[in-house]
Amino acid sequence: MLAFLARRFVTLLLTLVAASIVVFTVLEVLPGDPALLMLGTEAREDTLAALRSQMGLDRPAPVRYLDWVGGALTGDLGTSYTYKLPVAQLIGDRLAVTAPLALLALALSTLLALPLGMLAAIKHNRVGDWGVMGFSQLGLAVPNFWVGIMLIWLFALQLGWFGAGGFPGWGAGWGGALRALVLPATALALTEAAILARVVRSAMLETMREDYVRTARAKGLSKGAVLRRHVLRNALIPVATIIGLQFGFLMAGAVVVENVFTLPGLGRLAFQAIAQRDLIVVKDVVVLLAAIVVVVNFLVDVVYAVIDPRPKQAG
Amino acid sequence: MGMRGMLAAAALAVGLIATPALAAKDQAVIGMVLEPPNLDPTTGAAAAIAEVVYANLFEGLTRIDGQGQVQPGLATSWTVSDDGLTYTFTLRHGATFHDGTKFESDAVKFSLDRARAPDSTNPQKAFFEPIKTVDTPAADQVVVTLSHPDGMFLFNLGQAAAVIVSSVSAPTDSTKPVGTGPFKFTEWVPGDHVTLDRTDAYAGPAPKLNKLIFRFVADPAAASAAVMSGDIDAFPNMPAPETLDQFKADPRFVVEIGTTAGKTVMAVNQRRKPFDDVRVRRALAMAIDRKALIDGAMFGYGTPIGSHFAPYEAAYKDLTGAYPYDPAKAKALLAEAGYPDGFKATLKLPPPGYARRGGEIIQAQLAEIGVQVELIPVEWAQWLEQVFKGYDYDMTIVSHTEALDIGIYARGKDKYYFGYDNPAFDQVIQQLNSAVDPEQRKALYQQAQQILSDDEAAVFLFQLAKTGVRNAKLMGMWQNSPIAANDMTGAYWAE
Repeated sequence: MLAFLARRFVTLLLTLVAASIVVFTVLEVLPGDPALLMLGTEAREDTLAALRSQMGLDRPAPVRYLDWVGGALTGDLGTSYTYKLPVAQLIGDRLAVTAPLALLALALSTLLALPLGMLAAIKHNRVGDWGVMGFSQLGLAVPNFWVGIMLIWLFALQLGWFGAGGFPGWGAGWGGALRALVLPATALALTEAAILARVVRSAMLETMREDYVRTARAKGLSKGAVLRRHVLRNALIPVATIIGLQFGFLMAGAVVVENVFTLPGLGRLAFQAIAQRDLIVVKDVVVLLAAIVVVVNFLVDVVYAVIDPRPKQAG
Repeated sequence: MGMRGMLAAAALAVGLIATPALAAKDQAVIGMVLEPPNLDPTTGAAAAIAEVVYANLFEGLTRIDGQGQVQPGLATSWTVSDDGLTYTFTLRHGATFHDGTKFESDAVKFSLDRARAPDSTNPQKAFFEPIKTVDTPAADQVVVTLSHPDGMFLFNLGQAAAVIVSSVSAPTDSTKPVGTGPFKFTEWVPGDHVTLDRTDAYAGPAPKLNKLIFRFVADPAAASAAVMSGDIDAFPNMPAPETLDQFKADPRFVVEIGTTAGKTVMAVNQRRKPFDDVRVRRALAMAIDRKALIDGAMFGYGTPIGSHFAPYEAAYKDLTGAYPYDPAKAKALLAEAGYPDGFKATLKLPPPGYARRGGEIIQAQLAEIGVQVELIPVEWAQWLEQVFKGYDYDMTIVSHTEALDIGIYARGKDKYYFGYDNPAFDQVIQQLNSAVDPEQRKALYQQAQQILSDDEAAVFLFQLAKTGVRNAKLMGMWQNSPIAANDMTGAYWAE
C-alpha cells in the first residue's frame, strides 16, 4: 500500500510542476500590457516603462519563472499588479469565501443525493426510480446560474428571507456570513446532487447484484440489514471518488454563481485578474486550483487504500 | 438525528432567516459595477478609483462640481497674472490629513512635484507639464509658475489625478488612502466593498451622512436585485438599462437620466484606404441613423452628437445636422469616391454594451450602402494593444470619457490611433492651449468642432447618458457626471 501511495505522491508533484510551466508559458504569449491597462490611454511611454520596470516585467522569462516558483515555495506568492496587496493575502481572503461555499454545497448535495440515489436503487424500475431520474435530468440540464437568479427572485425579492447577494465577511458574525452562502450553495448543490444521485444509484445497483449480497439474503438477513451492512459501505467507494472530484470542481467552477451572488470568491478573483492582466494573480490562482484538485484526489486515493484492503494493481 | 439535533438545526435555521436590521439613515450604500483596482487616483487611471474617493476622501486645489464648473477646493481663492503664467493660491486654514498631519503649502508642493517628476506614474502627467516651478512663500500660499499659458489649468487641477496627498502616506495610498476630505478610509474588502466614515476633523462644511459603503456588483441581474431589495441605496451607473422601466414604475425609487462627458465615436483608421478619403467618412456618417442606434443599443438613453464635444458644455455647437441620415446620398457619395459596390471592413468592438450592441446595429445600417462589416469583439487589453497602440484596425467603436478632450485630434498621425492630421485644426488647438479668456476659448472650441465635423475626423455617434437609480428618499447626489465621480458630500436622507 505504501508503494502505491508513494507513486501517487510523486505523480502529484509532477502534475503540479507541469501545471506551473504550462500556466506560465500560456500567459507569456497572452497579448496585453498590464502597465497600459493600469495607467490608461493618456499615460506617456516613459510612465509606462517606469511602471513595467517597477513590476519587474522587463526581466527575461526563465528568471521570472524561477523567481515565482522560488517565492511560492517559501510562501511569498508575489504582489498583485492591480491591488498592490500580497497575492497570498488576496487568495486567503477569497478562500475564506469559496472554501466554505464549496463545502456547504458539497454537504447539501450529499444530503440530497444519498437518500435520493438509495431510493432510486431500491425502487429500481418503479415510480420512485423514475422520479429521481427525472429530477436528475432536470438538475443536469438547468444551468446553476439560472437557478441562482431564480432563488434570488423567490427568496430575496419576494419573500425577503435572504439578501440579494454580497458577503458581509466573517468578521461581522457567523450568522450573517452563513446566511449569505445559503442561496449560492443551494444553486451549486442542485446540479451536483443531480450527478451524485445517479452515481449513488448505479453504484448501489451494481453492489446489489454481487454474489455476496445474494448469499447474505439467502442466509436470512433482512433487506434493511443487507443494505446497511454490505451494500452501502461498498457502494460508497466510487461515490467518495466522485465527491472528491466535485469538491475540486466546486472550488474552481463556482465563478458564475459567485458573479450572480456578488461573492468575493476565488473564481471571481481569477476572472477579474484575467481582464486586468494581473498575471501574478492569475498564475497563482490557477496553480492553486490545480493543486487543490490534485491533492483532494490524492486524499481520496489514501482513503480508498485504507478502506479497501484488496491489493492494488500498478498505477 | 435525534431530538436535540433537530432542535439545534431548527434554531440555526431561524437564526439564519431572521429579518435583517434596517439600514441606519445616516449611511448610504452606493453600487458600482467595476471595483477600483486600488484607491490612489494619482497612480491609477481607472475611473472606478475616482468614483470612490473623489471629493469624498481626496481633494484637490480646485473642485469640479456637478455641473462641470470649477469651484474652490483646498484653495479657497486664487489670482492669475495678466500673462497667464503665474497662479497664486490661498489655501484653506485648519485642514488636516486623516492621519493628523497638517495640510499646508508643502503638501501641495509635494503633490505637484511628485506628479510631474520624470519617474512619476501619474496617469495624467500631461496636466502638470506646463508647470515650471512650485513655490511656497507661506504656509497658506502656493505660487505656481507655468512655462506657457494653459486655459485648462484650473480645471485640470480639479481632476482626480491632481488631488493633494501627504508625503507621509503617499507610498501606501493605494491600499490605505489618506486625504483631506470629509470622509476617511475605514476598510476595503477586496471584491466586495469599500467603507468610508465621516471624520470630525474636516475643516469645511460637514456632510450630512456619517458612513458611505461602496459595493461592487458586476452582474446586471444581481445589481437590479440588490437595488430592488434595498441592499443598495443608489446605483449611479446602472448596468442594466432594460430594468429601468421597473424602477420607474416603483414609487420607492427614482430613475435619474443625466449626461456624461462620454463621446461615443466610431473611429476609422485614416492610415488605411478607403478611410483616408473624407467622402468615404462622410458617407459612413450619412448611412448611420443615430436615433435608431440609440434606441436599439442604448434603450433610448443618449444624445446624438455631430462632433467631439458634450452637448451640455457651454461652448457646444450643434453639428448633428451636418450629415443627416440618407442612405441613398451615402451610396452616391461612395460611388463618387470610387466605391460604387461598397467595400469590406472590420469593426473591432471592446466589451461595453454601447460598442457590442451598437456594432451590430451599425453593421446592419452600413450593409444598406454596400459596406460589409465584420464584427470582431475584443477585450480591453487587446483593444489597447491592437487598436490604440498598434493602430491595427479598420474601424472601432469607443467612448472617450475625458472632459473637454477635443485636443486628442491634434496629436498627430503617428502619435494617436485616429491617424488624423489637419494643420488648421492643430493651430486652433495651439491657440486654445494658451487662451485664458472664456469668450475667446468658446469661439475657438466652436471652430475646432466645426473643423472636425467638416473633416468627419471620426464618425460621431452619441453622448453616453448616465442612467442612475436611487432610493426616492436619498437626495443630493449628482444627476450628471461631468467627470467620473460620486460626490456624496451633499447627499442626505429626506424624511
